[in-house]
Amino acid sequence: MSSSRMEVKNLNFYYAGNKLALKNITLPVYDKKVTALIGPSGCGKTTLLRCFNRMHDLYPGNRYEGEILLDGKNILDKDVDLMELRTKVGMVFQKPTPFPMSIFDNIAYGLKLQGIKNKTELKDRVEEALKNAALWEEVKDRLNQSAFSLSGGQQQRLCIARTIAVKPEVVLFDEPTSALDPISTSKIEELIVELKKDHTIVIVTHNMQQAARVSDYTAFMYLGELIEFDSTDVIFTKPNKKLTEDYISGRFG
Amino acid sequence: MNIKLKRKVENYIFLGLSFLSAGFGLFFLFWILGDLLLNGFKYINIDLFTKDPVPPGMEGGGLKHAFIGHIIITVLGTVIGTPIGILAGIYFAEYGRNSKIAKIGRNVVDVMVSNPSIVIGAVVYAILVKPVGHFMGFAGGVALALLMIPVIVITTDEMMKLVPQQTREAAYALGAQPWQVSFHIVLKAAKVGVLTGVILGVARISGETAPLLFTSFNNNFTTFDPTKPMASLTVTVFQYAMGPYDDWHRQAWAASFILTFGVLLASITARYIIQRKKY
Repeated sequence: MSSSRMEVKNLNFYYAGNKLALKNITLPVYDKKVTALIGPSGCGKTTLLRCFNRMHDLYPGNRYEGEILLDGKNILDKDVDLMELRTKVGMVFQKPTPFPMSIFDNIAYGLKLQGIKNKTELKDRVEEALKNAALWEEVKDRLNQSAFSLSGGQQQRLCIARTIAVKPEVVLFDEPTSALDPISTSKIEELIVELKKDHTIVIVTHNMQQAARVSDYTAFMYLGELIEFDSTDVIFTKPNKKLTEDYISGRFG
Repeated sequence: MNIKLKRKVENYIFLGLSFLSAGFGLFFLFWILGDLLLNGFKYINIDLFTKDPVPPGMEGGGLKHAFIGHIIITVLGTVIGTPIGILAGIYFAEYGRNSKIAKIGRNVVDVMVSNPSIVIGAVVYAILVKPVGHFMGFAGGVALALLMIPVIVITTDEMMKLVPQQTREAAYALGAQPWQVSFHIVLKAAKVGVLTGVILGVARISGETAPLLFTSFNNNFTTFDPTKPMASLTVTVFQYAMGPYDDWHRQAWAASFILTFGVLLASITARYIIQRKKY
């Protein structure tokens, strides 16, 4: 077992109106591995994912209890700089979210936010990110075109490139392929496996085969609780809990 | 009558009625445009743009003073109204989205849109013209800005609300600050709609007469000084059309023609440019 990059400790999460959505979650996120969060709709997996970059802070009334340690520091502390946290913990969303600007500017946006102004450096970093997202060959001649001119799968890889351009330690994926066709999906999956060389990855997915294909560790959640966490092999072949086995084998959910 | 035939007949009746209604509206629109074209176009000459008016009753002269005044007042109104309108729209759509203040504000803005423009003129008279002591072009610009702001606020608000929330979250997820999300991402995504709002606003104010009567009033000479009373095409058309002289009537026709087709041309051009630049 490798060392953990993030450590979730006794995390409770309340949505506005004191609705308890996560109950006492304790979970390691191992360094340079892919951790999949699975479970039926409404079980809290996306809610948990959005705790990792404090996305919930955008909406008033949400409340955390407990700790999430990133490199030993609790990111739920009040004095955490959210901008800094979000450059360390990047996120790719369910639907592609290109910005209304050129392909180049999409990737450069996060870099510019970090104060990088040097044109050559920007160019190099954009190229590097697009190469790492396996999109460079397809777009290198049309960097100045609108990002909306790309196909859905390309747009999603653009969003991945945009996220990794700022070199985050952790990349969160929220059902990144649910809006894509099978070919685009397999490209993204290959990419995720590739990305774990440099990044720690957490992925929420509804697709059990996908979890089995891309992840090293799997957490099964149900009704806001973490039912079982183990290596993906164990979860999918000999889970310890009856509930996990029932879900994996498609008996509910 | 069998049911099939009945439905067919009903269909034709409603189709016919909506066709007639559309035709009714368009008929008057084209009548006005045609009338302006017939009566206005022939009186356009170079003097109209290059000469100030001659003493009443004499032939000749032009409306240079009104053209220049009209442009200055409209530009003033646009320059004051556009940033305020867009910023207020951003507040409603982004920061105050669900707050009580924004909800009340939205209702107030909705009322403002249908506010009679002469009331705005009277308000600006009371707060600006009266304290200063005389009519001035700047006050006209302020009155027009007040008319324009609600139009821009509403379109900016609506257009920015159409931008998917996930796009905002994606920007936040890269470490952007709220103002950066609003200005770099959301406003850019809503650009086409917001600009359409601005054009609608400009079109609306460039045809206004009532609010100018109390504010910029009129002037028989060309002035570039917005602290002085200033002529405008609309007020001049009003004055000339009511006047007793044939030459005034001819110039009023020409001015109406230029005003109407100018606005038409400007909005068509702007729409074209916006459509081509769409991301």
